[in-house]
Amino acid sequence: MTALQINTLSKTYGEVRAVRAVSLALQPGERLALLGHNGAGKTTLIRMILGLTTPTSGEIQVLGAAPGSAKARAAVGYLPESAAFNGVLSGREQLHHFARLKGAPVKSADDLLDRVGLSAAADRRIRTYSKGMRQRVGLAQALIGPPELILLDEPTSGLDPISRHEFYDIVDDLSHAGTAVLLSSHALTELESRTDRIAIMSKGSLVANDSLDALRDAAALSIRLNVTATPDGADRVSNALGGTRINGQSVLLECMPEQKMPLLGQIMALGADVTDVAVASASLEELYRHYSASQAEGR
Amino acid sequence: MYILTIARMELLLARRNMWVATSVLLMALFNTVLTLAGGAPSGDLGVDPLTIAATSITTLSVYLIPLIGLLLSFDAISGEAERGTLALSLTYPLSRGEILLGKFFAHLLVLAFAIAVGLGLTLVLTVWKHGTDGLSYAPIGWLFITSLALGAAFIGIGYLVSALVRQTGVASGIVIVIWLACVVLYDLGLLGALVADGGGTFNISVFPWLLVANPADAFRLINMPTETVSTLATGLGAAGAASGLASQIASLVLWPVGTLLLAWAAFRRIEP
Repeated sequence: MTALQINTLSKTYGEVRAVRAVSLALQPGERLALLGHNGAGKTTLIRMILGLTTPTSGEIQVLGAAPGSAKARAAVGYLPESAAFNGVLSGREQLHHFARLKGAPVKSADDLLDRVGLSAAADRRIRTYSKGMRQRVGLAQALIGPPELILLDEPTSGLDPISRHEFYDIVDDLSHAGTAVLLSSHALTELESRTDRIAIMSKGSLVANDSLDALRDAAALSIRLNVTATPDGADRVSNALGGTRINGQSVLLECMPEQKMPLLGQIMALGADVTDVAVASASLEELYRHYSASQAEGR
Repeated sequence: MYILTIARMELLLARRNMWVATSVLLMALFNTVLTLAGGAPSGDLGVDPLTIAATSITTLSVYLIPLIGLLLSFDAISGEAERGTLALSLTYPLSRGEILLGKFFAHLLVLAFAIAVGLGLTLVLTVWKHGTDGLSYAPIGWLFITSLALGAAFIGIGYLVSALVRQTGVASGIVIVIWLACVVLYDLGLLGALVADGGGTFNISVFPWLLVANPADAFRLINMPTETVSTLATGLGAAGAASGLASQIASLVLWPVGTLLLAWAAFRRIEP
């Protein structure tokens, strides 16, 4: 069964069209990253999937059920953008409470505290936790069940790089176990290798929704080649290839994806003058800017 | 099932936030003082000392129990909305009615515990001073049940305010005004009207119903049934008693039920 099916969903607040005719589907085990500027409509979309906000028009099905129905809520895990808890409770008390509300064994809550690395601090009051630790409590409660669909709103904000790495390991495990993952993020670089599909929202509309490779092909953004030459050969390399000289010894080239192989052949033909070549495809950040901007121009 | 989970959490929070300790301490302190001070004239009047104590405690409970009820309840919804814990709670598979009822049972239990400790002390002190001869326990039993109903009414009012305003600071201001209006200003207003009317139709046909419409006054009338005591205590007794016991009980039942239903309706409209 499709984990999440959204058809021409719109939400209007007065004059503001927060979400415009968004259609999206998510299969079990799939990891989708939802990108967009602040105010692009990501959080509104997530709130409608949770049943917290009523759509103006369009349709959402969560595992075949209506959003906000008891069946949907039992199967969905949610990590809010800034997870807040009652400071007078300990992490363990808070998580046991959530496990009871999900009808899960209390023991599973203890296991989750271990998994997010909070077991040592579990019996301290949440008031004493750092922002990263609160975020871990939030992640742990979203994992109770385990859910069939998990919605993570800015999950890595407040986490240090190592914690982020651990976080994505947990997401990978979930996905392998068949949970559909939808996460929204600003931290673009860390998403490149960690998601199956990228959806980009701009001004309420979905402007891209595909795998990273497919988005790269469709955007046809240039590829950068950084050619390093021997000290003597730098001039010969620069004359043969054109491009921009940097650091005296390197030449920076840009080309379209289909010209990459012929250009590499040319570089190889220069022989011993070339010591190294680095090839960089368009980064997610460039893609993100490309799709967000193309949408802005279209209006 | 979820109601019990919510109630359990709210009881834990009430203990952590010292609401249980504060309520019990208030009730125990005032009941002890009133029992010891109010028992003195019982020999002269030939009235059962427990009845005397119950009457003194009633005059105080009219102020104290609504206050405790409102303090327990005013941030139940607004506080969670403000902290941001409400949105997450609402993504869990339980209804808003269950959340509200769970909180209600927990807060009612805290209040029941405080009242029981207070009245228990009264009972122990009275027996210690006068022995068990000729004691009538019914007034204390009635006082317990009606105190709980009075508290429930104000817990319901607190939830309603909490669901309507969504800002804890505003909610706390509003419940203090409501408390003042119900336990002080309302009676003063009625007294003024009574004097102005001077025995006309208002005194006979309207006033008794206006009096019993306020749960605090209904509570007072039930627990001070004899005209003399009641008149002495409030100055409103004689005419007020005309509404009858049934309407007094109805007032104490309808207020908690009605305010809870209204609070539920307001809570359902909230988009966290």
